[in-house]
Amino acid sequence: MLFTPAIIALFAGSLITAGLLVGAAFAGVQILLHWDLRDGSELQVKLERRTYLISTCVAYAFAFELISLFLFIYTADSLHSFFVGAMCAAGSLNANGLGYPTITFRIVNFLLAGLWLIVNYTDNKGYDYPLIRMKYVLLLIIAPLILAETVVQAKYFFGLNPEVITSCCGALFSANANNVAADILAFPPRPLEIAFTGNMLLLLGWGIFSYRTGKGGYFFAVTAFLAFIISIAAFISFISTYIYELPTHHCPFCVLQREYGYIGYPLFLALLGGAQAGLGVGILTPYRDTGSLQGTLPAMQKKLILISLIAFASFTMISLYQMVVSNLKT
Amino acid sequence: MSHIVNRQRNILDFALSSLLRRKGKNLGLVAVYTLVVFALASVMFFAQALKKEASLVLSATPELIVQKMVAGRHDLIPLSYAEKIKGIRGVGAVEGRLWGYYYDPLVRANYTLLVNDKYALPEKTIAVGAGIARVRNAFRGSTVNFQSYDGKPMLFQVRGVLSQESELLSSDLILISAADFRQLFGFPADYATDLTVQVRNKKEMATVAAKIQQIFPDTRPILRDEIMRTYEAVFDWRAGIIIVVLLGALLAFLIFAWDKAAGLSAEERREIGILKAIGWETSDVLQLKFWEGLTVSLTAFLLGTILAYVHVFLAAAPLFSTVIKGWSILYPNFRLTPFLSAFQITVLFFFTVVPYTVATIIPSWRAATIDPDQAMRT
Amino acid sequence: MIELQHIRKVFNAGKPNELVAVDDVSLTIEAAKVTVLRGPSGSGKTTLLSVLGCMARPTSGRIMVQDREVTSLPARFLTEIRRKTFGFIFQQYHLLQGISVIENVMLPAYPNGESFPRLKQRAEKLLSLFNLLPKAAARVEWLSGGEAQRTAIARALVNDPAVIIADEPTAHLDTKLSRELMEIVDKFKAAGKTILIASHDPLIHDSPVVDRVVNMRDGKLIDPGAA
Repeated sequence: MLFTPAIIALFAGSLITAGLLVGAAFAGVQILLHWDLRDGSELQVKLERRTYLISTCVAYAFAFELISLFLFIYTADSLHSFFVGAMCAAGSLNANGLGYPTITFRIVNFLLAGLWLIVNYTDNKGYDYPLIRMKYVLLLIIAPLILAETVVQAKYFFGLNPEVITSCCGALFSANANNVAADILAFPPRPLEIAFTGNMLLLLGWGIFSYRTGKGGYFFAVTAFLAFIISIAAFISFISTYIYELPTHHCPFCVLQREYGYIGYPLFLALLGGAQAGLGVGILTPYRDTGSLQGTLPAMQKKLILISLIAFASFTMISLYQMVVSNLKT
Repeated sequence: MSHIVNRQRNILDFALSSLLRRKGKNLGLVAVYTLVVFALASVMFFAQALKKEASLVLSATPELIVQKMVAGRHDLIPLSYAEKIKGIRGVGAVEGRLWGYYYDPLVRANYTLLVNDKYALPEKTIAVGAGIARVRNAFRGSTVNFQSYDGKPMLFQVRGVLSQESELLSSDLILISAADFRQLFGFPADYATDLTVQVRNKKEMATVAAKIQQIFPDTRPILRDEIMRTYEAVFDWRAGIIIVVLLGALLAFLIFAWDKAAGLSAEERREIGILKAIGWETSDVLQLKFWEGLTVSLTAFLLGTILAYVHVFLAAAPLFSTVIKGWSILYPNFRLTPFLSAFQITVLFFFTVVPYTVATIIPSWRAATIDPDQAMRT
Repeated sequence: MIELQHIRKVFNAGKPNELVAVDDVSLTIEAAKVTVLRGPSGSGKTTLLSVLGCMARPTSGRIMVQDREVTSLPARFLTEIRRKTFGFIFQQYHLLQGISVIENVMLPAYPNGESFPRLKQRAEKLLSLFNLLPKAAARVEWLSGGEAQRTAIARALVNDPAVIIADEPTAHLDTKLSRELMEIVDKFKAAGKTILIASHDPLIHDSPVVDRVVNMRDGKLIDPGAA
């Protein structure tokens, strides 16, 4: 078993985040059951006070999830020397079957927590807390997911056996290995390039349409989420090779290292930001006609559309730039 | 946008003035907080630096070593094996190494004796490491007495003391000529302690090792990478143990922090009541508490990290280096190379700032939801 | 301007020390006029002022401020309305100890997100209006009674509120300062502000500046016909 300070820190961090979110979900149950704005009783006052506590907890949980997402990747990377054949985080994550699921959970929970914060911020602008029910139901969905993430992560770390031989990114991300990443590469880059470009253009076009007319929020959200997925696939498939200047190097984690100018951070932060904002547009759309949000919700959606478009555009620009200045000739 | 920034700036201004108004309480908090950060940071910096040192040091060792095993124990290896190994594809040079341990009953320490052809030592002369020089009072030109395998005394003249820079490796090392080595230990002529194998292509290491195992099933090929891994695991493991021990102190600190945050004096309650009465909202007071907490955290974190840096890299971590270095008679004196990374800082952040912030969430919320009416009636 | 409908405020409801501070009060406060609540201590004036100024929620009843019902607004919005509409001068002033006069005056405006330098300028103007500018950086502990009073007034004005509420403003003032206070009140009225004062000081309710006096006793209005 591996026992490094970083693992202990991640574990403690996960426990804390899970504690915050599960606690918040429990506190939210009371609100779901007894909330009544018209009622001036002690209970209602207490519940109103409680909403502040809950949103504080979720805000912190969100921040911790973001930082620990990158900490997790770095920890996996720092462990790579314990596994024969592993050259970076990709190898460590593959050391047992729970590495990649952990990171998937982390990304999902991060996006969900962000969604909650967007909904909460909008809800606070309405004088009758119109989104309160939906908010706390969402929290009840997040709670079990965060518990699952903590358990899976713990199992991953405690199940790490330094003797295990694992594949380094070369073998992992090459077409011969049989796992998800290999399937992406089994895609010849061409169709993925087309999908990537097409989706981005669609996103941009629909985003402008949505921005001006205030319609089509759901479609925008779906397109944004697709852009997120396709971008990751595109990154692994061809964008990475240009950054590494090596046609066989596809690893998405090495790009977070100093030798590549930490370019991975702006790239992935842009993707996460774009996905988050896009999903935010979608989750607010059903409430467009709520009385108390007439003034604020459409403006909020506009802002989110803008953020999403700028984020994905940044990703595209940086990727294109990398591809253009790269020494790789294809 | 500027509206949001201004609001934050205004509240931050008040938060700082608030902290300064209660210097006694806050300085105490920052002091304890700094101590906690200092302890954890010292452990981590030290372990990390040792790991780095070890890997730098090990990078100069042979990549592949072959040892003969008899009944599960390391035995002398016949030099004839070397010929067969040279024949494996991809193998460059194969050399026999002579090294061993000598127990000195005078100081009850083990010395490592090594033959290195690079340092052509004349007969009956040795070079000693700094640690040995200290315990045996040896210096350039002095003589040292060893007892050979058959009980006969052997006198050696000390040609020199190995440099201080290499102390981490050479503190307990003695360089000796091959002939003297064989005489001292009664070492048979056509044997060596182990063989070093040079492999031309790094990627072939594992394959070559496997082949050697096949040809000579009574040998054990050891890859340098395996050693590195083991050292890293040990240092990490030891650091992990210390941190787990310190978690008790961390918990005590969190309880202390909670108490400090929750224990609002009547004056503080009155202040918050007034703020709310003149128009501050609950979320404004929460923001105030956030900035207060952040200021305290960042101050303690910065101070603690800097102090730990000084402690480990400038003062060689006197407080607990024993635990991490391990038990020994001969301790090398060495300066650790300063090594800091964003990764370490983030881990430290998760150990200290994150739990502190969470410990103060509920007390801050309780403060922010104070009813102005009741707070001001006192 | 402000309309109270059947307001009832009960403290410690259901407990042995239950207290009905305000009992079925219905009242309309006219804009740009000076209204005085008169009554002995314990008559519920302070509580009624708190309810009028949206600082305390009534146990039952409705409140309309500028034709908008605020009774069931969540605290978040109520506070914002209160901060922007009302300026409160407390009986004990309730200035923050340990900080300067000008910082005290600026505090109510911090959450509005105004730029600090602009806010400071406004506060300085207010202070000069009350001849307090030389004391701007002084700590409030060092002020005399009258200076503290004027600081409290300046603070109540920093957000340029439509309504000013004062609770027993002359309790710590001598006759001369009390008359000066009423002159200031007159100036506010001329500027179009609504003024609400709770006092049992005859100097106030006999003043010609006052437009209307409402009498209270034991939490109820006396002479409700005049309301």
